[in-house]
Amino acid sequence: MKISEEKVRALAQLARLEFEGEAMEQIRADLDNIVAMCEQLNAVDTEGVEPLIYMTDAVNVLRDDVVHQDISHEEALRNAPAKDSDYFRVSKVIDQNK
Amino acid sequence: MSVAYEAVIGLEIHVQLITQSKAFCADSTAYGALPNTQVSPISLGHPGTLPRHNRSAVDYALKMGLALGCNITKENHYSRKNYFYADLPKGYQITQFNTPICEGGGVNIRLKDGSRKTVQLIRIHMEEDTGKSMHDQDPRDSLIDYNRAGTPLIEVVTAPDIRTGEEAYAFVTEIRRLVRYLDICDGNMEEGSLRCDANVSIRPIGTSTFGTKVEVKNMNSISNVRRAIDHEIERQRGILDAGGAVAGETRGFNALNGTTFSMRSKEMVNDYRYFPEPDLPPLILSDQYIAAVHKLMPELPETLFNRFTAELGLSEYDAGVLTDDKATAAYFLEVVKHTANYKSAANWVTVHIRGYLNEHAVGIDDFPLSGKRIADLIALIDSGQVSNSAAAQKLFPAMISHDGKSPLELAESLNLLQTGDADLIESIADEVLASLPQKVEEYRQGKTGLLGLFVGETMKRSKGKADPRKVNEVLLKKLGA
Repeated sequence: MKISEEKVRALAQLARLEFEGEAMEQIRADLDNIVAMCEQLNAVDTEGVEPLIYMTDAVNVLRDDVVHQDISHEEALRNAPAKDSDYFRVSKVIDQNK
Repeated sequence: MSVAYEAVIGLEIHVQLITQSKAFCADSTAYGALPNTQVSPISLGHPGTLPRHNRSAVDYALKMGLALGCNITKENHYSRKNYFYADLPKGYQITQFNTPICEGGGVNIRLKDGSRKTVQLIRIHMEEDTGKSMHDQDPRDSLIDYNRAGTPLIEVVTAPDIRTGEEAYAFVTEIRRLVRYLDICDGNMEEGSLRCDANVSIRPIGTSTFGTKVEVKNMNSISNVRRAIDHEIERQRGILDAGGAVAGETRGFNALNGTTFSMRSKEMVNDYRYFPEPDLPPLILSDQYIAAVHKLMPELPETLFNRFTAELGLSEYDAGVLTDDKATAAYFLEVVKHTANYKSAANWVTVHIRGYLNEHAVGIDDFPLSGKRIADLIALIDSGQVSNSAAAQKLFPAMISHDGKSPLELAESLNLLQTGDADLIESIADEVLASLPQKVEEYRQGKTGLLGLFVGETMKRSKGKADPRKVNEVLLKKLGA
C-alpha cells in the first residue's frame, strides 16, 4: 500500500503536526516503509487465532468506591508548562475538533 | 404547495454517576471544589499510570440497564477513543465501543394527550468525563480544571424513535426521574450532571429514508430540550420549503432567544481510531452478580404508577404526581400502610402536603408529620368526627405546629369535633325546615335540588359541627315523611 500525501495530511491533522515541502515527502516515504514492514505480518496465517489484547489472564480487577487524594494541588500543577496558581493554561482553543 | 414533514430525533444522554470516587482512580468527584485539587497522576494522564475500574460505577450502569429492560453484556471490554483536546489529558477517552454494558431496552413515556409510547434504546455504555475548559477568563489562554476528568458517566443512546420536542421532553423527564429513583445521578441538568444532545432531521411524511441530521447541543434544562428541538424542526422545515438543503453540522442552543446557531460543520469527519484499552482487564458479569445488583434496586416509578392506578384505584394524574419522586412515593406508601382510604391518602399528599411543602420551600423528607399521623387524620374524617374542611383548614396546620399530639386530641382542644348526636341534629333540622316552609313545599313538588340548601342551613346552625352525612340522612327522612 502506498501512502498518499492526502493520507499524510489527514494523519498530521489528527496528530496536530505539520509537514510541508521536503518534510512532507520524507514522512510520506517513512510511512510507506513502516506500512510495508507491517504488511509482512499478512503472511502469517491467523485463521482462528483470537487477538491478543491483554498481557495477563486477569479479569474483573475492580476497586471499591473509596476516595483517596494522592497528590497535592501544587504537585498536580508542577510539571505543567503553563499554569497559574489554580489552573493549567493552554493556548486558547476554540471548540473545533472534538 | 408545502410538503408535510415529520421529524426524526435520537437522543444521547450523558448521565454523571454519583460515585464517591472517579471511574478509574480514587480522586473525589465532589462538585464545586477548588480547581485542580481532585486530581491524580491517573486522571492527569501521566505516563506509566494504570487505571482500575470503580465497582460502584459498574453497579450503577447495571442498575440503569436492568431498570430499562436492556440485555446485559456479560463480557465487557474497554476501548480508547482518541482525540486531542486540552480537557482530555490522556489524549483518549476510556469508553466502551464494541461491548456496551447494555443493549436494547426502552423507556415508556406518557404524553400530555394521555397517549403512551415506548422509545427504544440502542445502547448504554460506560465511559469517563473530561475536564472543564474556560475560554472567557483570560484574553490569551484557556484555563483548564481537571477535577471532573475521569468522573464516571453512562451514555444512553436512543433509536431515532422520537418525533416531537414534547416526546423528547417526556423522555428526558423519565430518564431523570429514573436515575434519581435508582440513586445513581442527581439529575441536575443546570450543573451538567445530566446532559442531552439531540440528533434532529426531518423528512416528508410517508418516506422512510432519513434527512440530513443536525446535532443540537447546550440544552441545559429539560424545557430547553423541547424548545431547541421545536426550533430546530421549524428551522429545517423553513430551509426545505425554500428549496434549500439542510447542512449536516453541530448547532448550539441559545436559551436567551430560543434559537440554534452553527458551532461547527461536520465536513471534517472525526476519526477516533478506537482500539482496545489494554490497561483494563475485561469485566465479566456473572448471572449471580447481576442478580445481586438487581436485588438492591428500589421499586421503579413505572411499577409504582401501575400499582397505584390498578391496585389502589388512583387516577393517572394522582399516580403521576405521587411517583414524581421517590421520597413522595415512599411517603404515600407509608400513609397507605395505615389507611385503606387510598383516594383520600392521595389527596392529602398531592394537595395539602404538597401545598405546605411548596409554600415553605422544603422537601418531603423535611415534612414534620409521619405517614401514620396523616392516616390518623383520615380516619378521623372518615369516622365523621371532623369535617373535611375543618381538617384541611384548621386541624392540619395545628398538627404541623403541635407535632406530637394526636389529631383527635387537637380536634378536641380546637373544638372541631362534629356531633353525630341525632337528637341535636333532629332539633336543628326541625328548626331549619320550619323556617323555610315554602322551600319545603317546592321540594315536595319535586325540586329535590333544594336538599343542599337544607343541609347547608343545618350545618350553618350547628356551627359546622354536625356530621354532614347524618344531617343528610335526617333531612331525607323528615322530608320524605
